[in-house]
Amino acid sequence: MKKLLLSTALLATTAMPGFAQDYTPDPNAQDGGMITVTYKDDVATLDPAIGYDWQNWSMIKSLFDGLMDYVPGTTELRPGLAERYEISEDGTVFTFTLRGGVTFHNGREMTADDVKFSLDRVTNPETQSPGAGFFASIAGYDGMATGETDTLTGVEVVDPKTVKITLSRPDATFLHVMALNFASIVPEEAVAEHGTDFGKHPVGTGAFKLGDWTIGQRLVFEKNADYWRDGVPYLDGVTFEVGQEPIVALLRLQQGEVDVPGDGIPPAKFQEVMGDPAQAARVVEGGQLHTGYITLNVGIAPLDQLPVREAINMAINKERITQIINGRAVPATQPLPPSMPGYIEDYAGYAFEVETAKAKLEEAGLGDGFSTELYVMNTDPNPRIAQAIQQDLKAIGIDVEIRSLAQANVIEAGGAGEAPMIWSGGMAWIADFPDPSNFYGPILGCAGAGEGGWNWSKFCDESIDALAIEADSMTDPGAPERLEMWSEVYTKVMEQAPWVPVFNEQRYTMKSERMGGDDALYVDPVSIPVNYDYVYVTE
Amino acid sequence: MAGYLFRRLIQTALILLGVSFITFVLLYVLPADPVRQIAGRSATAQTVENIRAQLGLDQPMLVQYGRYLGGLVQGDMGRSYLQKTEVATLIAARLPASLLLMAGGIACELLIGLSFGVIAAVYRGRLLDQGLMVTSFVAVSAPQFVIGLLLLYVFAVQLGWFPIGGYGTFAHLVLPAVTLGIMGSGWYSRMMRSSMVEVLRQDYIRTARAKGLGRARVLIRHAIPNAILPIIAMIGIDIGIFMGGMVVVESVFGWPGIGQLAWQAIQRVDIPIIMGVTMVSATAIVLGNLIADLITPLIDPRIKLR
Repeated sequence: MKKLLLSTALLATTAMPGFAQDYTPDPNAQDGGMITVTYKDDVATLDPAIGYDWQNWSMIKSLFDGLMDYVPGTTELRPGLAERYEISEDGTVFTFTLRGGVTFHNGREMTADDVKFSLDRVTNPETQSPGAGFFASIAGYDGMATGETDTLTGVEVVDPKTVKITLSRPDATFLHVMALNFASIVPEEAVAEHGTDFGKHPVGTGAFKLGDWTIGQRLVFEKNADYWRDGVPYLDGVTFEVGQEPIVALLRLQQGEVDVPGDGIPPAKFQEVMGDPAQAARVVEGGQLHTGYITLNVGIAPLDQLPVREAINMAINKERITQIINGRAVPATQPLPPSMPGYIEDYAGYAFEVETAKAKLEEAGLGDGFSTELYVMNTDPNPRIAQAIQQDLKAIGIDVEIRSLAQANVIEAGGAGEAPMIWSGGMAWIADFPDPSNFYGPILGCAGAGEGGWNWSKFCDESIDALAIEADSMTDPGAPERLEMWSEVYTKVMEQAPWVPVFNEQRYTMKSERMGGDDALYVDPVSIPVNYDYVYVTE
Repeated sequence: MAGYLFRRLIQTALILLGVSFITFVLLYVLPADPVRQIAGRSATAQTVENIRAQLGLDQPMLVQYGRYLGGLVQGDMGRSYLQKTEVATLIAARLPASLLLMAGGIACELLIGLSFGVIAAVYRGRLLDQGLMVTSFVAVSAPQFVIGLLLLYVFAVQLGWFPIGGYGTFAHLVLPAVTLGIMGSGWYSRMMRSSMVEVLRQDYIRTARAKGLGRARVLIRHAIPNAILPIIAMIGIDIGIFMGGMVVVESVFGWPGIGQLAWQAIQRVDIPIIMGVTMVSATAIVLGNLIADLITPLIDPRIKLR
């Protein structure tokens, strides 16, 4: 049945080449069992329009569905609540046909009205959704953002099974946006019943439903027996225990009380775990869409001079910095991480050349060096990394004063444009969706360079922005021409050197012996950190 | 007595007003924007401004404070910026755990501190006395984070006597309560020791001994009740110290109390929660002191409240 639906989807979407194959169910999967997952921080909310944290991101993915989804363990799009979709020639009209027989956890059938309601809700300023801006390409978004209207004119219910979404401009990333948690479909009556407390009483269409929630202690997810995808989830449920320090979670994992420590292996314990073959065997390593970087504020002298920024790029010993975090990363040459489409394999970046760096400083008339400040978040290992950067820059005559602050204060200084340099650790960009555009707009484009924006370099090049817009105006996100354009965007950015891309962090997750399922599910690039719907226990 | 109580209650209200104002001002001048935390990293300038206006954070500070205070006197502590839930609900859900931990902590510090103090006083000047006093000095100085992890490792992981963190049964309470109690116990053992040493010198103790009472009986019936008096008032002050310690202990043991709530809120600049926990803690401290003052005359009739 699912195969048949998919082939119709493929036929209908001729505008979308390279469409993802569906997931092949694991033949060894066993039904039943509960697992225990721990997190350090409490779960603030399970409202898909609001939740944007490490711990609630994957939980929300399991409670809710959007029109689009990803093949588990990969970055490939696949249809979710939409059975198929069509895109108009000019790429501005998306017509989604919904699956039949999908019910919410409250038993009611999901219809096109719910899609309309959900998109209106997430873009309504009163919802205060941190993800509202992702929907900016939908026609009528501006009216919503300014409060002039209370409905998106671009979202139209054609019939109970069909939704037509009109964009004000072509947006290659739109299908990715529809796969974001923020685009999850929620039932109006449940939102009306609980109001702002919907986040504590979530009702979705997902593989699990919320059973019990003891605030500050634990959440219990129960299997949704009526889930519309056949055969999943395998687990009967998941218990999330919150408020658990990572080091305590690891001890409990070693005692067999915990199945997945959601915050990973604490840095201080990493070598010990990897040195013990029994424990190392249960560690899963995977890439993630992450880059750690140093921002160089182009508005603060002398970092406003290109040779100075180039010199800094050449002076940083990235290999040594990766050693500081026990080799849990690979040195970076460019803003995009290697697993992101558009990454340039043969791009060398700035080599580590101290003498050339010194020459560049001479060229800028700063042969005697200068003093500047480096802002850094005050949790391990970031201050240690900042010290390494300080030493590297000392070698070419730059005196760096380290300002180690709480995360919110670093973000504030970065947004205000007060920080000459910021080491991004602890606040680094992890992609919202696997598309190269996601590493540009807010952090390197003009849009993020304003007061309070996340473009802490305050780098803004109109011609690069224009190229980015052109790339995103194509309809197929995976088209080779589009990815080439994005590669060009980042090459041009690097020519201006507003960043020092330092490393791409690898993700290391640990799991208990009884956990089954493909390793990729434990380092899922989208359902971070674990794809609960597809893992199972083997006992 | 009624007049005294009335004056103290007025004082209490003024102190709480002062606490609320100072905390509010400190959070206001903090170089971190709560709206940025709510809006997230991908938000447009428009979204940021919308949120700022909706929360009233675009208003002058005094207006914001006035609104907060207005809500507070009606029992409304506002809604969490990030969780969107009523702060009162969040605190109410976690307060029992914190109170339980505090009671456990006080019981442990008294048990350890007072018995160490009595023993040290009885064996004054000997090796046992010196040993106990050095131990209590170490206990006062050692970071709770270290003590907590040490106890966790030895008694939960290695010996398996207690669960590794969490909440629910009496067994869960023991290690966090002992961790919290150890720090205070150092204080109490020193206080109790000097108080006991003082009392043991008194004539009535000599009289009791002269009557032929056993050593244990003299200690339990005559010395300890008199020595303990000055200690009682300290418990009220302790509540304040505990509030700080609880943030650490709750984090280490995954104890779902308000300390943990505050710690997470501080990191995310969730001002309503920080304000709420501060106010609840301040109220607890002030009431603790008040109660300590009120019970002292019950124990020692020589003290009169005016």
